[in-house]
Amino acid sequence: MLARGFSDPVHDAQGVFRAVMDALARPGTLQPLAATLEPPAPLTPELAAIALALADADAALWLDEALRHDPAVADFLRFHTGARIADAPSEAAFALVSDAAACPDFAAFAQGTPAYPDRSATLVLAVCDLSDVEGWRLDGPGIRESARLAAAPLPADMLARLARNHAGFPQGIDLILAAPGRLAALPRSTRVQEG
Amino acid sequence: MNAATGYNFAYLDEGTKRMIRRAILKAIAIPGYQVPFASREMPMPYGWGTGGVQVTAAILGRADVLKVIDQGSDDTTNAVSIRAFFARTADVAVTTRTREATVIQTRHRIPEAPLSEGQVLVYQVPIPEPLRFLEPRETETRQLHALAEYGLMHVKLYEDIARHGHIATTYAYPVEVAGRYVMDPSPTPKFDNPKMDDCPALQLFGAGREKRIYAVPPHTRVRSLDFEDHPFRVQSFDRPCALCGAEGVYLDEVLLDDAGGRMFVCSDTDHCEERRADGHVGTGGMEAAHV
Amino acid sequence: MYVAVKGGEAAIANAHRLLAETRRGDASVPELSVAQIREQMALLVDRVMTEGSLHDPDLAALALKQARGDLIEAVFLVRAYRTTLPRFGASEPVETGAMTLRRRISATYKDLPGGQVLGPTFDYTHRLVDFALAAEGEAPVASQAEPLADAAHAPRVTDLLRQDGLIEPSAPDDGSAPGDLTREPLDFPADRALRLQALARGDEGFVLALGYSTQRGYGRTHPFVGEIRVGAVAVEFVPEELGFAVPLGEIDLTECQMVNQFHGSAEVPPQFTRGYGLAFGQSERKAMAMALVDRALRAEELGEPVGAPAQDQEFVLAHCDALQATGFVEHLKLPHYVDFQAELELVRRLRAEHAARRAVPEMKEAAE
Repeated sequence: MLARGFSDPVHDAQGVFRAVMDALARPGTLQPLAATLEPPAPLTPELAAIALALADADAALWLDEALRHDPAVADFLRFHTGARIADAPSEAAFALVSDAAACPDFAAFAQGTPAYPDRSATLVLAVCDLSDVEGWRLDGPGIRESARLAAAPLPADMLARLARNHAGFPQGIDLILAAPGRLAALPRSTRVQEG
Repeated sequence: MNAATGYNFAYLDEGTKRMIRRAILKAIAIPGYQVPFASREMPMPYGWGTGGVQVTAAILGRADVLKVIDQGSDDTTNAVSIRAFFARTADVAVTTRTREATVIQTRHRIPEAPLSEGQVLVYQVPIPEPLRFLEPRETETRQLHALAEYGLMHVKLYEDIARHGHIATTYAYPVEVAGRYVMDPSPTPKFDNPKMDDCPALQLFGAGREKRIYAVPPHTRVRSLDFEDHPFRVQSFDRPCALCGAEGVYLDEVLLDDAGGRMFVCSDTDHCEERRADGHVGTGGMEAAHV
Repeated sequence: MYVAVKGGEAAIANAHRLLAETRRGDASVPELSVAQIREQMALLVDRVMTEGSLHDPDLAALALKQARGDLIEAVFLVRAYRTTLPRFGASEPVETGAMTLRRRISATYKDLPGGQVLGPTFDYTHRLVDFALAAEGEAPVASQAEPLADAAHAPRVTDLLRQDGLIEPSAPDDGSAPGDLTREPLDFPADRALRLQALARGDEGFVLALGYSTQRGYGRTHPFVGEIRVGAVAVEFVPEELGFAVPLGEIDLTECQMVNQFHGSAEVPPQFTRGYGLAFGQSERKAMAMALVDRALRAEELGEPVGAPAQDQEFVLAHCDALQATGFVEHLKLPHYVDFQAELELVRRLRAEHAARRAVPEMKEAAE
């Protein structure tokens, strides 16, 4: 039996989109995300909700190794989104990463071009912990003076990756960090420093 | 599907909304950069706000409270028409109060009342490319943005100074966003440009005919282009609003007769009404023509 | 007398009621039926379908009725309706070589397999107003011709030329789906399929004027009408779940193949080049103009100097759409008083400064 999708496709998708939009518009803030889905593990309800809200035949998904392991994950996503599951990370509009600590290097994903920096990937990482009162110091568009953000688990060299990603602006990837019930985002425009 | 209208919530089908939403997310991540999007044919004409309407339709939810203004006013015909469109297709609450709105769609003005965190201001944009009148070719302007080569724009503004002694751009005055992209703020009077800087609200821009979406996130540096010896200055009016007595606001000039009688009143009708409700009174007055 | 603040809502509602009444015209004159428009204003219906990108004669006729005969307004109604339709996929390419012909003419050969078929045409009519039509008499009956022996076999002129290698081959079908500018934003340079889509949807008057400009020297292509054919073709669709083609029905099309000045290089011997036009229904002027502009837009591909408006794809594609054009032109009706106020303020200031500058020398003179 395939797990069900949004119970109210129009309004559930709108709610998830607004949470993602607010998170990207205000980096470092935590946005509540009512996760009502029960997707096949290890796909988290939050990753599933973001995929269902934003992916479709025109926006391919890439799944990390942990998600590729059980074909039920891809079947669930294909059925509910109609999106192609890309083999190469560079072909995806959205990358779903359930094992965030093992996230491939950002350079593997579409970075956009100087003329079309928008043709770039959005990475959605499942994390367990997410806090806006401690951790890195953020500044940039969307942030009044500065903000803080801590998330775990993440790759050991995450800060260096984010610094490289920001240095490539306007090219680069955008990052969504999704914890149970809430999410935060780090667009390429955000400068992230040690707290 | 809404049984009453036969159309999906907020008119657009879900696939179109997703496409617009993806464009909005990239626009926010790259402040001031114009994201191409597959603008749809809307039931109102190109040039009448189809870009703003598509952006609003893509973000709007049931809990939103929508305000629509044109020229600062809630009651101009196009504002009425667009508000009615969403009231009908999305059944959302509508308001004329800037403070009560969560989403404000605008043409040509930014409200006088300061915007707040959590609000979204959606601009209708006719020509999104700030370099368009200097270089008509899309292939060229795209390259100029890629290289951050904005010398042309400075040359144009400086030619104005040479000819008129002033920068002669009074509306759609170009801005630089977050130190990178030069952006067209839509044809708002330059009076409103300072409100874009460090604005607590999210600003989204939709150009339907030209198929572009761009954004300024909250609290983002928005600098109007200028020169050291000719700093950016906004318009100022040498009289208050005749109805509410407000100063430091943008005024409309209303002709009263054919003998030069005129009065100046707030362009932002909600701001004016709110002040009058609070007991502020202007001179109400006719003035002789002597400008 | 400050009255402009409220009343917009009521004014709009009243204007719409007045429009409905005006649309009907004099109520003592019988109302037009959609079927009458479809049958008797058929060329107008064809044009609305072509520029509206939707083959539905009844809908186009209804749109014309609703639009009071305003062509672009009718196209607008059809397009706005089209956007809301679910999209199941793309049909198989239609085979115009197997068209059931109503009309087929070639300007390059006096006679050819399948023959010249004049069909219903204004060509060679004397444009004298026929006052008999005002009398609403019986419909004239056309004479029946003996069918030609080879009528069923009317190969395309370009295919005949191609057999001898005299014309460039059609671009091979590489199986990739053509782009769709109603689904993806147009990006420059646009490939030929996208350009043809834009021209097919484009305003007939604009495309006609551009085509005409190429004949007058702004991007000459030395065109010959290889063939114009008008008739019905079958439309087939392969549903994903079936995997084979099922017929959906027939539609009327007008196809124009222009044969243009030859071209060659050290490797390729000289051969004619192609310009292509296709429109719904009987839309010969549109198909011909489209074929001229299509060929002009291939200038760069064929190594010709580019400079004329019709050769400039950014200029042509950005301005050929009647809805975009009319929307932006007509939006000037919307209030612009905020921006006008900004301009007024500047002009007044500049005038005041001008007056001050002039006043200074006069004062100097007075002091001397």
